[in-house]
This record gives sequence, structure tokens and C-alpha cells, in this order.
Amino acid sequence: MIKKLNRRQFIKGTGLASGTLMLGVQFSPLMAQTTQASAFAPDVFVSMDADGQVTIISHRSEMGQGIRSTLPKLVADEMDADWDRVTVEQALGDAKYGSQNTDGSRSVRKNFKKLKEAGAIMRTMMQQAAAQVWSVDANAVSIENHQAKHNGQALDFKELVKIASKLEVPARDSLKLKSADQMKLVGKDHMPLLDGQDIVTGQAEFGFDVQLEGMKYAVIARPPVVFGKVKSYDATDTLKVPGVLKVIELPTLTPPAMFKMLGGIAVIAENTWAAIEGRKKLNIEWDHGSNASYTTKDHEAVFIKALENPKEVVRTRGDVDDAKKSAAKHIEADYHVAGLAHATMEPPAATARISGSKDQPIVEVWACTQTPQASQQNVMGTLSIAKENAANVQINVTLLGGGFGRKSKPDFVAEAAFLAHETQMPIKVQWTREDDIQHGYYHSPSYQKLSGSLGENNQVTSWYHAMVNHPIASTFNPMAKTAGSTDLGQGDMMFDVPNIKIALGETDTFMRIGWVRSVTNINNVFAAGSFVDELAHAAGADSKDFLLQLIGDDRVVDFTEDGFKYSNYGESAEEYPAETSRLKHVIKVAADQANWGQELPEGTGMGIAAWRSFLSYIAVVVKVSVDGKKVKLEDIHMAVDAGQLLNPDRVRSQMEGSAIFGASLAFYGEITAKDGIIEQGNFDDYQMTRINQIPDIHVHMVESDAIPTGVGEPGLPPVAPAICNAIFDATGQRHRRLPMKDLTLV
Amino acid sequence: MIKLTINDQPTELDVSEDMPLLWALRDVAKLTGSKYGCGKGICGACTVHIDGQPMRSCITPMAYAKGKSITTIEGLSENGDHPVQQAWQELNVAQCGYCQTGQIMSATALLKNNANPSDDDINSAMAGNICRCGTYPRIRAAIKQAAQAANQPTGDAS
Repeated sequence: MIKKLNRRQFIKGTGLASGTLMLGVQFSPLMAQTTQASAFAPDVFVSMDADGQVTIISHRSEMGQGIRSTLPKLVADEMDADWDRVTVEQALGDAKYGSQNTDGSRSVRKNFKKLKEAGAIMRTMMQQAAAQVWSVDANAVSIENHQAKHNGQALDFKELVKIASKLEVPARDSLKLKSADQMKLVGKDHMPLLDGQDIVTGQAEFGFDVQLEGMKYAVIARPPVVFGKVKSYDATDTLKVPGVLKVIELPTLTPPAMFKMLGGIAVIAENTWAAIEGRKKLNIEWDHGSNASYTTKDHEAVFIKALENPKEVVRTRGDVDDAKKSAAKHIEADYHVAGLAHATMEPPAATARISGSKDQPIVEVWACTQTPQASQQNVMGTLSIAKENAANVQINVTLLGGGFGRKSKPDFVAEAAFLAHETQMPIKVQWTREDDIQHGYYHSPSYQKLSGSLGENNQVTSWYHAMVNHPIASTFNPMAKTAGSTDLGQGDMMFDVPNIKIALGETDTFMRIGWVRSVTNINNVFAAGSFVDELAHAAGADSKDFLLQLIGDDRVVDFTEDGFKYSNYGESAEEYPAETSRLKHVIKVAADQANWGQELPEGTGMGIAAWRSFLSYIAVVVKVSVDGKKVKLEDIHMAVDAGQLLNPDRVRSQMEGSAIFGASLAFYGEITAKDGIIEQGNFDDYQMTRINQIPDIHVHMVESDAIPTGVGEPGLPPVAPAICNAIFDATGQRHRRLPMKDLTLV
Repeated sequence: MIKLTINDQPTELDVSEDMPLLWALRDVAKLTGSKYGCGKGICGACTVHIDGQPMRSCITPMAYAKGKSITTIEGLSENGDHPVQQAWQELNVAQCGYCQTGQIMSATALLKNNANPSDDDINSAMAGNICRCGTYPRIRAAIKQAAQAANQPTGDAS
């Protein structure tokens, strides 16, 4: 558990030397319950001790999006707490907080109201307690900065906490919540990072950094092909490596993969190096199993065939075939996006400690997980712990050295628990970079066919978009053969076109597929965003003007009109309507700021793309210069409308990160398998954009009082198509395949 | 036993000569600020200073580190207030933060040799440090800000 005093207290109270929390050494699961119980806690997210010190729970995982620096401040702001008297405590995995699944760009959106209410409950109760002391109406008491005030008198929260604890907790619908302009801590331009000091001093605790008394280190040789197994192995040489303690075989994985362990042979050692060296000396004969039939390059033919006659038509309006017949122009284009790995800088890691008996184990885990509750379930499944003993499995969430969706799959947590249980020793499982790249839950390679018709006035009369990939669903259900949904970047297109057809092809799957930052928006918006530009070119129109025209009049897009079952990221269309005015606005902002339409020198070009994803509206304008095969990203303008912003600086940083993540996948990202075995293994053959290759990035945030959406993912989808459209503008060369391996990013 | 100096402390570590310095620091000396990222010296997350020079500790065997003076992020400054650390905080450089200790060790080494680095100088000194979150624009800005702060005549920095 990360307990975090804010910076000023930290310097005042503890000194830097004691800043390191030796996670777990001094902290037992039972202590957590005691601290909670002794404080006044009218809500699961906020409590106060007798000194008026407030503890706010951060129940979402911090992986770089700044959630620990944002949501606790929202609670403190709503209750008018003095931020210097707030401690932020990272939650254990526990269903009482609601979902802790930190993905889908929804931490703010899903918790905004709930956390404001938590703060308002505390504020209201302080108000009521003070009213009691002064025998006045609660409405006559004002609350500011940890104090109740009335008629020149003031009472500190600490003087009210005892009285408040005897009051009834107010009903949620009776609470008065602050408006955006009443907020004092959130929504401000520069909000310091809660963990900033720890990060720059090396004191921050990531999953890789957990240290327990008597802890041993494990690395695992996993089957090179998913669902492969160990035929036989010889560990003689491994056990001779100084520091190696044990070798343990893990159970064989059977479909569906879910979050189960991959299997293989674990080497347990006194230190990481001994474990890695010991693993090299394992002599394992593998049975690769049936997925060894899969080679990415060869499978492309299956993709292409699958789109000749797509299995499912998901959204239809009018008749695209009729439109083609009467079209002035008709164009078609195929797009391909390679498979991708998350490649978080911190590979997966988890530490587990077992106490209790072997049959009735008590399991403590420390892990860089996006999903502590699924981690808990996974450990229970792995060790056959009954549902009623869920409290015996405690998941402590460390900081995450990047997530991007990888760390919401807690296979690595199961490995740590299994090995700790087998050895009855505290075990830290660490994935090497090769483990991470070669045993991931990949973003699937995909193939897409688009076609569109233009009428006499160059208006778009039809839009066809078919896509095939290995579905994420196959990780959970081996029978799943299509993506199932077109909600992410395909069926959810907001263009005003009379004839529409959106379809999915089917295929078998041969590896673990999972969600990577923005999921199928990556490939779908690349194709759709590029194809809009192709249509604009065919129409002889300006790309930006054409895009605005294609979106059409101001309106709320009703996807159900076409009988399309659109999930709207799990939110209602009333609360989060798809508004064309907002999409057009970000396009105009990005284009204006980028000085769209400027005279450009030879070899320089600009491209634009825009999409609504994760309920946020993003437009991206890219300027490139191209010299032969060398591409330089000159600058990127990103306009974002994500509703009310709680932490504008972290919105900006997510956009900056999305631009660079997008450049990486446009120029480098490619995971391939040969005979079922992933061919890449480290940052030399799975490369990342580096500092010398980045453009100037300009983020323009639209001021809005709409309810907040999210920003972790939606910045990414339009980046790659905007880059490719800019390259087309500069060179006349259309790139329909990512990564663009024939070009060099300089 | 291998003798070396870590953050000004004479230290003896009971490790083999072929163990990379990174794992000796992390697992044996319990200094976990230096990070593992690739194990091949290509991402920079493990950067430490060896006799003042920035080096990748994940590919530096203890045989090489023997007798030398190692500075890790934990020993970069007494109170976490090196101008680079301050600039990093002021500009909220970090996203996840995992690679940042390595970035800071590379940046401080750059500024020691070059008080006013140009963009090109920053590029060549920092291109070996990967950040998957994409904090590069702020890393660049923070290096410039730290350079400026360190060059203030009244400053007590560096």
C-alpha cells in the first residue's frame, strides 16, 4: 500500500532518508483494517482522525496518467480540506470501492460524481457539527480551508470530528455539490505531481522495486508458443549456478488463456541475475502445440480472403452498392496495421507472500496492476481459494511503470502467488524485456477494406469499412472469431453519408490478444482517417474543408437510427451524446493553431485527422518534411475537448504522450510470429520513438463545462493517419500499411 | 567480495564479477532507483555515473565497477534538490516516472560537461534514454531550465 503524505509534510515530518516505504515489511493486512476503523469514515473514500488529519483513498492505479495527483484532490476540494492536512492512501483491491479497473480512459468519468459526493458528505457533516456547537442552522455555517465559520467564529475540523461522528451520514441526493468555478484545488493550470519528489529521487516504489524480508527472485522460461507445453527438461546446469535455489514447473495453460499463467519452468534464486543466468542454462524440450502453425506473414492471405465476404454486417444505411453504380467517382483502398506490444518501460512484475497454512493460505501481493480486483480473483482461482475467503487475498497496488492495458491482465500476479505458495517463500516474479515482448497480450494485426463513392458535386454518397483482426474476445472464448463490435473507430464514424456499410471478417487466433491503448481505434481510425483524405484528394478538395463537410451539419448523431447497437463506451447517449459541433470545433481549433493552408516549401506537407473516441473529441494536425525516405515530424497540433478538465496539465501530458506513442506505431510498431513464436524481443527490434525524433507538440484544450470524459487513450487514434496524410501532402505517396518500414523517422 | 564506492560510501558486495552492476545495486545494495528496462544497454533506464561518466549499469559487470565510484539517483543530491531534479518537478516532467531516474542521470551528466546545451546536444546526450510515456518535450524543457538555474550567479546549485 502506498501511503503518501503531500510534499510539504513529507519534508517537514519524515525527512528524505526515511522516504522509502519498504512495502509490506512493516505493514500487515490486518493493520489496514485497524487504521480505517479508528478514524471517522462516513464514506469509503475519505476519513478523518482526531487531529483533523484527512485520509483520502486513491482507488485507481497510477500509471502515468496522473490519477493519484487528480482524484484525491477532487475529494479534498469538495470538502474544503487544507491539502497540507491530507494523506493519500492507495487502496487495496476491494469491491467496496466499485470498479478499480484502471482502463478505458474512465477514471475521471466514472468517479467524478462519486468522489465529489464523498467530499461533500464530509463537508456537510462538518457544517452540521459546527451548527450544533453554535446552535445555528447548518446553512448559516460556511466551510473553508479545514474550518467551519459563523459570525466571525471559527472551528477547526479537528474540533468537529467527534461530534460529526455521531451524526447521521447525509443522503447523496441531499448534497450540494460545488460547481466547476467554485473549485479551488482542481482544474488549475499547474498541479504538482503527488509522487513527483519520490520519482526524481528514486524513492518511488514500482512493482519491480518491492522488497520483502527473505524475498527470492523468479524468472520464468515460458512456452514460446501459446498453449505449448514442457515435454521434458533438465535443470542440472541451472542448479549449479551460484544463487539459484530451485526450479519449479508451472501448470500447463489450456484454452481459454484469460489471465491464467502461461506455464513453463521457473527459476528461483537469491537475486535476479542468478535467476536469469540459471534460466539460460535450462535444457527444455517444448511441445509447441497447434499454434505453431501460425506465421503472421502467411496469415495475411486469410485476412484478405475474410474480407471478400465479411461474416458480420454491423451497421447499414441505404445501399452502398447502388451508390457505387450511380457514383461520379468510386475509390477503394486496403489498409494494414501490424500487431503491437504494450512495451511498458517497467515490464510486468509481482511479489507475493504466503502465510497461514498451505491449505488455507493468506496471500499478500504487491503488484503494478491496473486491476487489483481481477488480480485478487486470479490469485483465488490459481490457488483454489474459495469465494468466502476472498479477504485472505490482499492486493497492494504499487506505482505502475506504464500500463497501456498490459497491466490489466494479471497473469504475472498469478505466477507470483503460485510460486510463493509452492516455495512457501516470498517471491518476486520479474519479466525481462524479452519476456514482455514475446509473451504479451497483443494488439492484433488487422486488415481493412474501405471504399467510398463521390457524387456529381464531390459529396460523399457511400462509405464502406470492413475490418478483420484476431479478436480480443478469443483470449476469453476460443470460439470467438470476429471483433464482435465495431464501436471503436469503425461503426462510430460521425460522417453524414446516405449509404453506409460497416462489416467484420472472421479469423482464428493463435496468440493472446488484448487491449492496447485505444484498442481497435488504432487500426480503424488509421484506415478511416486516411480514407477521408483519399476521398478529399479524389474530390480535389482541401482535406480540412472536406472533413468538416463530411461531418456535416451540427447535430447529435443517433447511431441507433441505422439499427446499429452502439455501446457509447458504456455511457448513455443522453449524458454523452455524439455531437458533430464539438468534433468540428476541435478540427477548426487544431487547423487554425497550425496555420492550416499556409504556403509550404517543397517536400513539406500537412495532414489532418479527427475522431471522437472514449467520448472525447480530438483533432490532430501534423506537419512533416520529407527528404527521400527520411521523414521529419516538424510539429503536431492537437485540439482536445474532454469536457470539464480536472487536471489540465495531465491532459496536456497525455496528448504529448499520445503524439509520441502514435509516432512509434506509425514508424516502428510491428509484432510478428513465425511458426507461432514472436520474432521480436527487445527495443532493438521493437523500437520506440526517441527524443531526437520528436516534433514540437502543441496541445490546445477546449474550455468546456460538459461532464468530464477521459484522455488516456483518445489522443492516440488520429495521430498515425494525420502523419500519413501529411506525408501524402508532402510527397504524393499514400502509405496504407503501418508501420512504414520503407521510411526512416529522423 | 567486491569493493567499490556507492554514493560516497565505501561498500563491499558479495556478488560475482560477472553480475551486472544494476542487479548488484537493486537486489544486493537495495538501491532500487536505478531501473531495469532492457538488459542490453539500449533504453537507458539503468543509467548511473561511474567515476562521473554516465553508464548503463545493466551491461556493466561488477568486474568493471570494482574499485570505482558509483553515483546512483539516490546519491545525486543530499535533499533531492539538484537543479535537474528541481526542474523535473517544476515542469511535471514525469508521467509514470519509471524511466525518469535514468533520464535524470543522463541529463545531469550532460550538464556537467555542457552548461548550455543546444537542442542537438540534448538530442545526442539523451537519445539513448527511452520514455514510452512520451515525456521527451518536457525532458528537453527541464534540461534547459536546469541549465539556466545552474547558470544563475546567485544560485548555490551544482
